Amino acid sequence: MRHGKYPFIIGFLVVPVALYATFVVAAYLQTFQLSLTSWSGLGKIDYIGFDNFVKLWHDETFWKSIKHNLFLLILLPIITIVIALVFAFLLNVGGGHRGGQSRGVWGSKIYRIIFFFPQLLALAIVAVIFGRVFGPDKSGMLNGLFPASWKPWLFLADERYAMACILIVLIWQAVGFYVVLFSAGMGSISDDIYEAAALDGATRVTLFFRITVPLLWSTIQVAWVYLGIAAFDAFALVNIMSVDRGGPNGATSVLSLMIYRNAFDFSQAGYACALGVVLFFLTLTFAALTLRVTRRDSVEA
Amino acid sequence: MTLVAEAETPAKKSAGAKPSAKRDINAFTGLAHIALIAWALVTAGPLIWVLLASFKNNTEIFLGKPFALPSSFSLQTYFDAWTEAHIGRYFLNSVIVVIISTAGTMLFGSMAAYVLARYRFPGNRFIYYMFVSGLAFPTFMALAPLFYILKNMGLLGSYTGLVLVYIAYSLPFTVFFLAAFFKSLPYEIEEAATVDGASHTRKFFQIMMPMARSGLVSITIFNIVGQWNQYLLPVVVMTGPGAENRYLLTQGIANISVSAGYHAQWSTLFAALTLSILPMIVVYAIFQRQIQAGLTAGAVK
Repeated sequence: MRHGKYPFIIGFLVVPVALYATFVVAAYLQTFQLSLTSWSGLGKIDYIGFDNFVKLWHDETFWKSIKHNLFLLILLPIITIVIALVFAFLLNVGGGHRGGQSRGVWGSKIYRIIFFFPQLLALAIVAVIFGRVFGPDKSGMLNGLFPASWKPWLFLADERYAMACILIVLIWQAVGFYVVLFSAGMGSISDDIYEAAALDGATRVTLFFRITVPLLWSTIQVAWVYLGIAAFDAFALVNIMSVDRGGPNGATSVLSLMIYRNAFDFSQAGYACALGVVLFFLTLTFAALTLRVTRRDSVEA
Repeated sequence: MTLVAEAETPAKKSAGAKPSAKRDINAFTGLAHIALIAWALVTAGPLIWVLLASFKNNTEIFLGKPFALPSSFSLQTYFDAWTEAHIGRYFLNSVIVVIISTAGTMLFGSMAAYVLARYRFPGNRFIYYMFVSGLAFPTFMALAPLFYILKNMGLLGSYTGLVLVYIAYSLPFTVFFLAAFFKSLPYEIEEAATVDGASHTRKFFQIMMPMARSGLVSITIFNIVGQWNQYLLPVVVMTGPGAENRYLLTQGIANISVSAGYHAQWSTLFAALTLSILPMIVVYAIFQRQIQAGLTAGAVK
């Protein structure tokens, strides 16, 4: 066609494609390949068929990790989305209607700025902060706030509550982002709709459930997928915050941590790759299921 | 009061002025403010606590009363964090790596996205979907292979290796987002430039890039924040002898936290945390609008 088109195309694509192929595509493909080996990370690579997956099936830590990932996968999106939706609604529509315009409550800008900030903090830094917030003696923020007569709570060092602590931190960090995201969505809902509903005598609770939520459905869906992916991760939190990395007694072990520890601490690269493959299919199943289950006839705003 | 309100509502509906409804609104707004202030405190509380604790000595920290003012303001803890815990070095390392890798991501990402969005050639769709499919894979599934790829290339523990990995793993989203953006730009101006004899490369840098500025700004912010907050990739890449001097901030903080835990010597850790959070607050205060827009842009699209 035009003069010099192909040299230009190749020139522009060669570096990004080479980088991507070397560090991403090759790594993913090798994960599948190495999952069928007993490779330790050094020396000879022996193919052992599906032995790694059989081993997985009988691995108690694996099932514990899956359970913990599911715990996060169910609770993190639900709680975060509910809190964020309510706050976004209060910030955008909560102030009632004056002059035909729905308004947020007073100071909604300041709230939004404060709520959003944790999103800018690295999860690793958040993990270090909350490791101290949940400190098991008086130097921890929460135990410091409790009355002096109370026995210190163990939080992360208590098998029963450790996972809940991880969940709380994830929610703490995520809510602000989704408040802003939902606010943007609510901003695009026409005021006429709210006005018409308000004229018909709809209360704010009705407005929330009958107008805001249905019109935001596609954004909520996206939020669900994002939060689900975050629930499959949680590596930084568990690796830094938890007692004994995944402890106590495996109470906070998650798949991402298992992959990391098998690959780098236990010299079981092959097994780590098998876990990676499982994780890949779990993520894919989750994404497909979410899109299926939450599909509704979309309502155009 | 509610009874009266209910009785009055139908009668006054047509009148427009609704004193009872107004009181109702005030009660609602009051509750809304209580909820919003509560969450603002929950969000800011741990950060304020870190700031306060950074001025306290270890004995004071163990006294409890987390929100009591420190007995004296000394910068000794900050001095320790800077000289002994090397927080300054970690910070600088992160700045250098993120500047180079974000610049690289933007350059290569926009080049690839532009060619894929606006030129027809065999293999175009294949390359595009290769990039975009990277969005579906969780990063940590490929940890072990990634580690050995870098090891074989002799890039472990080096800035070069980390920057290349950052760029490669940032490409899927960057290409996906920018390709959609370049597609939406008008073709007329480009055609006029072609008639005037501009080369493909020149058209890209002098016409398309300026036209795509808003999209480029959003995705640059997205990448800066994402790469700044990375923890998993540095932990995998920055290993080996002497790598400690090249640790990034997230790694460094986690490291300080571990050694602080051994000695139960928390004050330096709090100073280090404050030093790593403060710059984020300053940047956020200045670019708050752009940052919120940039980070949510990905989800809204």
